[in-house]
Amino acid sequence: MAASDADGHLQNVGCRTLSLSAHVGFDSLPDQLIRKSIKHGFCFNILCIGETGIGKSALVSSLFNTDFEDSPSTHFLSSVRLRAQTFELQESNILLKLTVVKTVGFGDQVNKADTYQPIVDYVDAQFEAYLEEELKVIRSLFSYHDTRIHVCLYFISPTGRSLKTIDLLTMRSLDSKVNIIPVIGKADSISKAELQEFKKKIMSELVSNGIRIYQFPTDDETVSEINTITNGYLPFAVVGSMEKVKIGDKMVRARQYPWGIVKVENENHCDTIKLRRMLCTNMEDLKEKTRAYYESYRRCRLEKLGCRDLGPENKPVRIKQRAAELLTFLNFSLQEVIETKRLEFCLEVERKEEEIKQRFVQRVKEKAAMLEEAEQQASMPVCLEFVLTKFEHLTLMHQEEELKLGEEKKRLEDEIAQFVEKKAITESIQSQVSVSTPGVSLKKKGLRKVSAGTSHQRAMRKFFTFTFITQISVIF
Amino acid sequence: MSELVPEPRQKPVVPMKPMGINTSLLGYIGIDTIIEQMRKKTMKTGFDFNIMVVGQSGLGKSTLVNTLFKSQVSRKSSGWNREEKIPKTVEIKAIGHVIEEGGVKMKLTVIDTPGFGDQINNENCWEPIEKYINEQYEKFLKEEVNIARKKRIPDTRVHCCLYFISPTGHSLRPLDLEFMKHLSKVVNIIPVIAKADTMTLEEKTEFKQRVRKELEVNGIEFYPQKEFDEDLEDKTENDKIRQESMPFAVVGSDKEYQVNGKRVLGRKTPWGIIEVENLNHCEFALLRDFVIRTHLQDLKEVTHNIHYETYRAKRLNDNGGLPPMTVETEENHESNL
Repeated sequence: MAASDADGHLQNVGCRTLSLSAHVGFDSLPDQLIRKSIKHGFCFNILCIGETGIGKSALVSSLFNTDFEDSPSTHFLSSVRLRAQTFELQESNILLKLTVVKTVGFGDQVNKADTYQPIVDYVDAQFEAYLEEELKVIRSLFSYHDTRIHVCLYFISPTGRSLKTIDLLTMRSLDSKVNIIPVIGKADSISKAELQEFKKKIMSELVSNGIRIYQFPTDDETVSEINTITNGYLPFAVVGSMEKVKIGDKMVRARQYPWGIVKVENENHCDTIKLRRMLCTNMEDLKEKTRAYYESYRRCRLEKLGCRDLGPENKPVRIKQRAAELLTFLNFSLQEVIETKRLEFCLEVERKEEEIKQRFVQRVKEKAAMLEEAEQQASMPVCLEFVLTKFEHLTLMHQEEELKLGEEKKRLEDEIAQFVEKKAITESIQSQVSVSTPGVSLKKKGLRKVSAGTSHQRAMRKFFTFTFITQISVIF
Repeated sequence: MSELVPEPRQKPVVPMKPMGINTSLLGYIGIDTIIEQMRKKTMKTGFDFNIMVVGQSGLGKSTLVNTLFKSQVSRKSSGWNREEKIPKTVEIKAIGHVIEEGGVKMKLTVIDTPGFGDQINNENCWEPIEKYINEQYEKFLKEEVNIARKKRIPDTRVHCCLYFISPTGHSLRPLDLEFMKHLSKVVNIIPVIAKADTMTLEEKTEFKQRVRKELEVNGIEFYPQKEFDEDLEDKTENDKIRQESMPFAVVGSDKEYQVNGKRVLGRKTPWGIIEVENLNHCEFALLRDFVIRTHLQDLKEVTHNIHYETYRAKRLNDNGGLPPMTVETEENHESNL
């Protein structure tokens, strides 16, 4: 039966094909789907790997016939980095969100041992992000911006000889994760004859090293012919150009040399147009294959966590257990995220502390400078006099108050002495007349005690407030 | 439900360096070939559609489904034989067919529910139906959570549920309200007034108004749900349908008669022939266009993006009594920051 394929299209055994007696109308289904997709928009992610100066930006500009603003990068970067830019292109009513990721500093280092690692990490990171989103409890896959790399354009240097070791290493580490399309950059520096030899050499090297590159699909009859022919043109010899040259009456993307003009859009001159056509007509297939790569990544990742499809006794794992496993996975990955965030935060805190310290030091310096200035200013005669008179006035006041205080103190001391005497006397009288009237004398003593205490207290209070006031006035 | 349901179809967020330069293309690139590719792909893989019909016996469910898909998808229960027992509980019968039109292959599954509302005591008669719907979600979830997944997970989830309302002319029955209240949260419900040829035009409009009002008063969100309208265009279109046409008053028939020289599907009565596809006679054509020609893909998408996600979130949350993932991370973040 037509509909029973390997993906289990048919479920019920008793599924039979019916014939319709009249027009139902569900042949508009693809149109409904397309309408929705157009509304949602499409996205496509390209990764360009190649040495600095090999023409990545120029090629991307030429492929999509727009000017992507990008500054050329230096050769002196210590490690390979990736720079991602997103553009929104519109053709007729289709919106395409194109993300171009370029390597920066690829092949520039003296020791190229780790050049491909950041790239592999980046590709894995995109898979990881998608996997995390897919495993969330509350997720929004429909509106998730898919950042998985759909195609990787690998730029080969136009040496005319063979592939470099770094090319082989990088491609081998990526061929199970992305669709690789090798291209020869700056192909206008090779003659046609050499180019054929070069292409053959590259393809045979790729085959002999077991590197899988993307083959355009040949199963659908309508495109299989074109695709087989195009497959024979791999790797594409491309020329890109950001500038336009006036030929006849049109502005055409081309490179002008003293001996002629290399037209980017001329298929005799280079394969750029072929590459563009192939990319556009096989976008869906590229996305399909990316999904397949993602599935295998997902499988590895989850298996590493210990998740299995068949539990003990070969029974399928119950969904509760699976859900728990996935949640622990999310926990782990979230823990990592939390850890990194925490580290970031600590670094941020340290940085802020440094900043504050520096600012403080700065402020102190400024203040010291200000004070110095003020001092210098104060050395002017008028100010000095003013200050001096104030100072004198204050010292006078201080002295007066000191004298007063001294007197008060003396008076108080006298009072205390008197009180002590009186106390002694009353005590002696007390001991004599202790039997007769204890209450009255005590009362009298108590009263005097209180009065003396309060006057003493008052004096002390006065003393303290006065010293306080003098202190304040000194500060001013 | 609105807390768990994620906001559908938000504008996609670009996580990388925001260089959203709207560059205009000079010259033709070929990006629009992606439409052709999509079309080819979908024609090759085909579509799945699962429709459930619920209603008391004798309301014309099977006839309507046969009329909708212009073929004998449902076998009618031809009268009650004395020997045939009335089912004790609600049964769920799913029959699948493969139909093709214009190069588009569709695997149609019609899920019938004989015995609904037929017992004396109809309490909880929606429970088997709810259980069946949730079972389909469960099946899909199990497949999705597998380590080694199939490229295309077989979709048996119920995309659309046609609920047949008896044309009493008064109002909705308590059973109708109960059923729709429970199931509008798990599946797309399209209420349909069955055997609409028993009502005159005025009775029909009045009845429809009353039904709409009752549904609104009871908080029953039937498809197309207001909260899932994406943009203004959809909203105006759906508003019109919601407020004027729904619930559709339909008449079904699989017999053909000659009217004005044309062969039309209809019901022959002493006082005339009721044409099924005539918009003056009944709203069958509206229902057919709505379900099949314009909103079929949307029905599937709402089921997948909203009802299934709600089920999944609930299911994964119930595990071990763990709090929802997002809340936990927020707490963690707060404690760190």
